[in-house]
Amino acid sequence: MTYKKLAQDFLDTANVSIGDTVIIEKENVSYQGILLDRSGDSDDEYIVLKLDNGYNIGINIVNAKISLIEGGDKPQINYDNINITKDDEKEDILIISTGGTVSSIIDYKTGAVHPVFTAEDLLKSNPELLDLANINVKALYNILSENMKPEYWVETGKSIAKEIESGVDGVVVAHGTDTMHYTSAALSFMLSSPVPVVLTGAQRSSDRPSSDANINLINSVGAAKSDISEITVCMHSTLDDGYCDLHKGTKVRKMHTSRRDTFRSIDNEPIAKFKKGQISSINTNSYIRRNEKELDLNNKIESKVALIKTFPGITNELIEYHIDKGFKGLLIEGTGLGHLPDYMINSIERANEEEIAIVMTSQCIYGSINMNVYSTGRKLQNAGVISGYDMTPETAYVKLAWALGQSENLKEVKTIIETNIAGEINKKSSIKHFLN
Amino acid sequence: MNWNELGLKMGLEVHQQLNTKNKLFCPCPTELINEEVDTYIKRILRPTQSELGQIDRAALQESKRNLKFDYELYYNQTCLVETDDEPPHDLNEEALDLAITLASLLNMSIVDEVHTMRKQVIDGSNTGGFQRTSLIATSGHLETENGKVVIENLCLEEDAARRVNNDKISNDKIDNDKLDNEEKYTHFRLDRLGIPLVEITTDPSIHDPEQVKEVAYMIGQVLRSTNVKRGLGTIRQDLNISIAKGARVEIKGVQDLDLIPKMAELEVERQLNLVKIKEHLEKNNAEVLEKIHDLTELFANTSSKIIKSAETVKGIVLKGFNGIIGLEVQKGRRFGTELSSYAKKRGVSGIFHTDELPAYSIESNEVEKMKKHLNISPEDAIIIVAHDNDTATAALEEVIKRAKMAFDGVVEETRKALKEGTSEYMRPLPTSNRMYLETDIPLFKIDENKIIDIKNNLPELPEAKKERIIEKYNLSEDITIQLVRRQNVEEFEKIKSEVDIDSTVLGSFLAYNLRELKREGINTKIITTNDLITTFKLLEENKVSKDVIVDIIKEIAIRKDKKQDSQINPENIANDLNLLLLSEKNIANIIKNIVLKNEDMVKERQLGAMGPLMGMSMKQLKGKADGHIVNKILKEEINNLIK
Repeated sequence: MTYKKLAQDFLDTANVSIGDTVIIEKENVSYQGILLDRSGDSDDEYIVLKLDNGYNIGINIVNAKISLIEGGDKPQINYDNINITKDDEKEDILIISTGGTVSSIIDYKTGAVHPVFTAEDLLKSNPELLDLANINVKALYNILSENMKPEYWVETGKSIAKEIESGVDGVVVAHGTDTMHYTSAALSFMLSSPVPVVLTGAQRSSDRPSSDANINLINSVGAAKSDISEITVCMHSTLDDGYCDLHKGTKVRKMHTSRRDTFRSIDNEPIAKFKKGQISSINTNSYIRRNEKELDLNNKIESKVALIKTFPGITNELIEYHIDKGFKGLLIEGTGLGHLPDYMINSIERANEEEIAIVMTSQCIYGSINMNVYSTGRKLQNAGVISGYDMTPETAYVKLAWALGQSENLKEVKTIIETNIAGEINKKSSIKHFLN
Repeated sequence: MNWNELGLKMGLEVHQQLNTKNKLFCPCPTELINEEVDTYIKRILRPTQSELGQIDRAALQESKRNLKFDYELYYNQTCLVETDDEPPHDLNEEALDLAITLASLLNMSIVDEVHTMRKQVIDGSNTGGFQRTSLIATSGHLETENGKVVIENLCLEEDAARRVNNDKISNDKIDNDKLDNEEKYTHFRLDRLGIPLVEITTDPSIHDPEQVKEVAYMIGQVLRSTNVKRGLGTIRQDLNISIAKGARVEIKGVQDLDLIPKMAELEVERQLNLVKIKEHLEKNNAEVLEKIHDLTELFANTSSKIIKSAETVKGIVLKGFNGIIGLEVQKGRRFGTELSSYAKKRGVSGIFHTDELPAYSIESNEVEKMKKHLNISPEDAIIIVAHDNDTATAALEEVIKRAKMAFDGVVEETRKALKEGTSEYMRPLPTSNRMYLETDIPLFKIDENKIIDIKNNLPELPEAKKERIIEKYNLSEDITIQLVRRQNVEEFEKIKSEVDIDSTVLGSFLAYNLRELKREGINTKIITTNDLITTFKLLEENKVSKDVIVDIIKEIAIRKDKKQDSQINPENIANDLNLLLLSEKNIANIIKNIVLKNEDMVKERQLGAMGPLMGMSMKQLKGKADGHIVNKILKEEINNLIK
């Protein structure tokens, strides 16, 4: 029950609760309907009624009278049970749900879209996935992706490794879109996998008929069955409901707040296109094949890493603060080719002296950094700043956290950062890699 | 028909587009666009559960059709909100204010807090798979000549996308996209999606069709007193009808109010016939057999082109239905038509049944073969469908469903109004399960002061306006009705307040002359109130006669249209057209000349020459002199001569 104070007192006068049919009488009008829950953070002078015609309205309880017509149950969302029979001809695909829009539904406690779905519900609302594979579902978390933390990456990596070890042919991770590219990068560094691991999500909630969740899931299961044994992100290619792009987990970024084709490969092309759960075209043959790699999990991570974006007017305090607070690594989102104002060199030098790893990427998002072109860049290098090349700031941030988990030695960390581990660094920039 | 005895109940739903600047949930314009579209997107829709845990039957029905949608859009006149790629913006308060205004005019109670709902509609007409709608007011009424009618609800909702037939362009696109080649798309244009709409619903218990017609007219009058869209397609009326023995049927898209009584009569007739069929079937112990038979082989040598071109022929047996299927339930529409309209929803063009066969080149021996093969008795009927296996099966499943419903008599349905007053099946009636909360839009509390403010500034209703104008300006009822209907009242009053001219001259100009100019093809829209004021001032100052006002206005419109004149000056125009009245001295000179020329006649007839000379003078002075003055001067000149 989320009604508070006044509203609760009002409901108590007639001894009614959510789900009951009630009549509310006011001066010139009366309303009959089912009492619904109301957002916890709003006014306690209003209650919500669902009228017979299906409309909800909010009623101000001041000078209103309520009486019970008929008791009722609290409304619930139910799906028919589906019998899952295993088909030996089909691949075994595991869907791990971490939450997010793809596995969310209306929560009328708060009146907002909320991840309250279990992984099984996800399957029940998308039963056609069962035509594609033997699907098993596991709920790992139930969080919106803005609430993701590095320790969740660690746990997710562990769970996936365990499932792969027990023989699944592919893994789909249902994830919120906001930080999906952080998680995909983290899994890319942590996990060496003999089978595909595909992250997917939805931009438009599953409770609407136009949700992109269904097509994203179908194609993700398709990708999890495929030979492309990488950590990938599979989401709508365009605004059409048709194709999904399969992006390399380290070279992908959420580029739009709301469009369904928000995920784009950065400084890279998508590996492949999928439609109706089938591969429809492949852009590049340089991907890791199924069983090419042995299963290996290296999920040590240092979470005391910060991502700092420079801007005109930035002051040294920002760097100094992180040094004083004991951060082990700083990822700088510099301007252009990889710059900070030259008055910040002192602070960078101090950070370097205190054995804090500093990696530079660009806020341009596209293109590689190059700190040799301008004097500031050269000064930054001399002060110990490591080049993040063409890594996106997000991928480089995750990589720095992971590298610091591998070694405390600054030199070794530098080597790890500058070495291509999971396709995150493209030394060669193609003309096709921009705004696609 | 005796409506009371039949227990006729009717209700009306009126949908009216509002003439707001922006759409209900985004800043796009509210005009339809007929330019070439910029691009397309393709979508599919799936039904979902509402918050009460049910799937709506109408939504489920639509999803069975498994349609794919192609949305035409514009880069600048539509946005990501319409494509369902951006959450809706805040509720358009201009539209909300208009809804509150209308609710107040209909004596309704405004809700305390507006909750925007999603009404599931997955026929593709809404990109999100739902129409956003909110209940704004309830419990109103209108007084009609036949008594009080309750106005139940007023909702503010977004209009749906516009269905277009644009197969050519879209097929090009599909061809490029070979994988999609086999798929069928329904085309919509996003220009109409999101235009604010009010839905006004009456109580469904009106007993007299004439009263429904009257209410429809009155609601129309109320709507027109506010800022609503005008013209074709901006207002849509739906009719709810049931009789005591029948069931509620919603007839969508009633165009002509005068047709309402006829439609009621035809629907009552249909419901009565369906009840008769029910009784007949019960008496016959009729039964719908669910087995779908493959009859393809029986038609191996058929001469029927339709059958021959189909992959399969499938059939079902309806025991005890012989003679029923061919029964007329509504003018020109048989029970078979009802069955067939269900089948058509699965993509077939129609059905064949034994009540009409042999026909359509299906020979009697084929019919007999079929009857024998299916081993039916003379009381039974067969229905066949010729199409591919899946479509034919799906269509017959629908026929089975509908045939079974015949045992319930009348079925609750949404039907489409046809021109002659009959109707055709569209889909099952939607249930309240189709509604769930639109969580992207915050709840909107309606400020009491806003309501008070709106109620204090309500527009004048047309009837009240008419009476006031007649009274105040002593204008004829005819002219006033025209002014009210054409919304010229405000302009009339404005001009009257600025220029001292005769009400009837101004009134008939606005009511009739302007319309005539428009009919002549003159662009009357570019004539401003100010143009009219300056022109009528010439009349007030006796610089022109009232007969040439139309000519001056016409010339103003022509010049403005051609953008010839940046500074429109009616007096200059009157001068250019040689329409300015002459001074008395000039008039006197001209008349003196005429009198002298006719000296003999004047001398002979004396004042008796007034008639002919008046005619000559007016002819020569056409439009440039007032008759009174001409008359006066002429008399003086004649008297001068004969003295």
